Amino acid sequence: MANENSSFQLLANGILKENPIFKLALSMCPAVGISTTVINGLLLGTAVLFVQVFSSVTISALKNYIHPRIRIPTYTLTIATWVTVIDLSLAAFFPLAYAKMGIFVKIIVAFAIITMRLEMFACKEPISDSFWDGLGMGLGFLVGMVVIGFVRELLGSGAILGYDVLGFKPLLFFILPSAGFFVVGLMMAFFNWIEVAYAQRKKG
Amino acid sequence: MIGTKKLIFLAAALFALGFSSLAQAAGLVASTEFGAENEIIVSFSHGVDLGEAADPDRYTVFEEADPDIRLAITNIDVSSDGKQAVITFADPLNTTQTHIVNTSGIGGVAKASFSVSKSYIGYLFSILISALLINNFVFTKYLGLCVFFGTAKRKETAKGMGVVFTVVIVVACSMSWVLYNYVMKPFDLNYLQIVIFIGLTSLTVQAVDTVLRKVNPVLFKSFGVYLVLVIANCIIIAVPLLMASNEYNYFETFMLSLGAGGGFLLALYLMSSVSERLELAKIPPSFKGLPIAFIVAGQFAMAFLGFSGLQLF
Repeated sequence: MANENSSFQLLANGILKENPIFKLALSMCPAVGISTTVINGLLLGTAVLFVQVFSSVTISALKNYIHPRIRIPTYTLTIATWVTVIDLSLAAFFPLAYAKMGIFVKIIVAFAIITMRLEMFACKEPISDSFWDGLGMGLGFLVGMVVIGFVRELLGSGAILGYDVLGFKPLLFFILPSAGFFVVGLMMAFFNWIEVAYAQRKKG
Repeated sequence: MIGTKKLIFLAAALFALGFSSLAQAAGLVASTEFGAENEIIVSFSHGVDLGEAADPDRYTVFEEADPDIRLAITNIDVSSDGKQAVITFADPLNTTQTHIVNTSGIGGVAKASFSVSKSYIGYLFSILISALLINNFVFTKYLGLCVFFGTAKRKETAKGMGVVFTVVIVVACSMSWVLYNYVMKPFDLNYLQIVIFIGLTSLTVQAVDTVLRKVNPVLFKSFGVYLVLVIANCIIIAVPLLMASNEYNYFETFMLSLGAGGGFLLALYLMSSVSERLELAKIPPSFKGLPIAFIVAGQFAMAFLGFSGLQLF
């Protein structure tokens, strides 16, 4: 089953056209919960990228040996294995950042986006395509997390990556935990607005 | 199903009664309880000397977890018959902790030590209330959002999803607890936590699906669709992980999972009520759909902040 899309198209699809956070609105929990700084977004995004790529490749490599009726439990166990790997590695190599992210690394196992990509893509396509698709989706999630973290950190504490750039705090509210909902909602509305404006200009 | 739950409750009640009566030191002290937020009320089994009992230097009070931190006593009121003393502290007490009171030379006893704690039932209910309102998994822990926004559009869907989720999480957590305490801990398999807990959950979902399909096809028709979504809900894996990291016993685990499920049901129901109204409202086109849902959820999250510090028992 050859896929006519090039690897670059597969990569871009995950980042732009089907961005997991802004377009598909899947796996929102960390986007709301711990996206207060860029570095948090970067770390959790990397963890998801790792799990997504390795799960996609594993399922794609084993797809001929998996009975269709038990495919969902197989996906779940594959994801759980790779999440355990990244969970233990992060705890060993980045203990401080890991403590900050708390339970969210372990929660990756229940992310709908990873199971969805396995079900819709990796179980049908060859290994190389699955790799690029997984990489695109993971990067899309990473970009989404970093963008939200960037907005929240810049407006909430006037800093980027911990460095004070503005010198004042424009909207302290954005750094509060419950503001995550507002930030994500407002950003989604903003992207919708750009899309509508763009479509109208193209027409008129 | 209901029969077993009642039995468990009964067992919990008996357990609690036994627990609270055992906790008291024999002889000098008849009973102890927390009074107002910075008071401990001690009832003596016989009248004691008023001057002795009212002397703050004869008492040392600390939380069981931190024996080094002595709590500052400001005043002691002893009733005229010498049978009851109210110890007032400088700061409000953390009543979720067990407190230890040591006395020396009161009522003719050289040294006595006794503990003050809330009744076990009260403690269990505080876990339930905490998971339900104070630490609501959706609005204050930000978990389970994918399923939350997906199913909070109609009240009917919200009820179905919430009930199915509660049943599955209680069953799955009970099994996780048994496996964690009797297999994973004795054999040092803690690094397999994620794999085992998520595996058990899928197993529970599959089992409920199969059983319900045969036993009650009508119920299955209305609730079957939600079963698939349960596994995509982060809360279902978060609760067993919390249970393992807090080393809860079975009753605590049961209350935590019940609270988590009930909290999810509550959040879904509140959100779906608003969503039904939103359909009639005039919303700017770019806010239609998910953006406005997020902003409503943000307002709920701020409202739920008001529950922090709530103590019923």
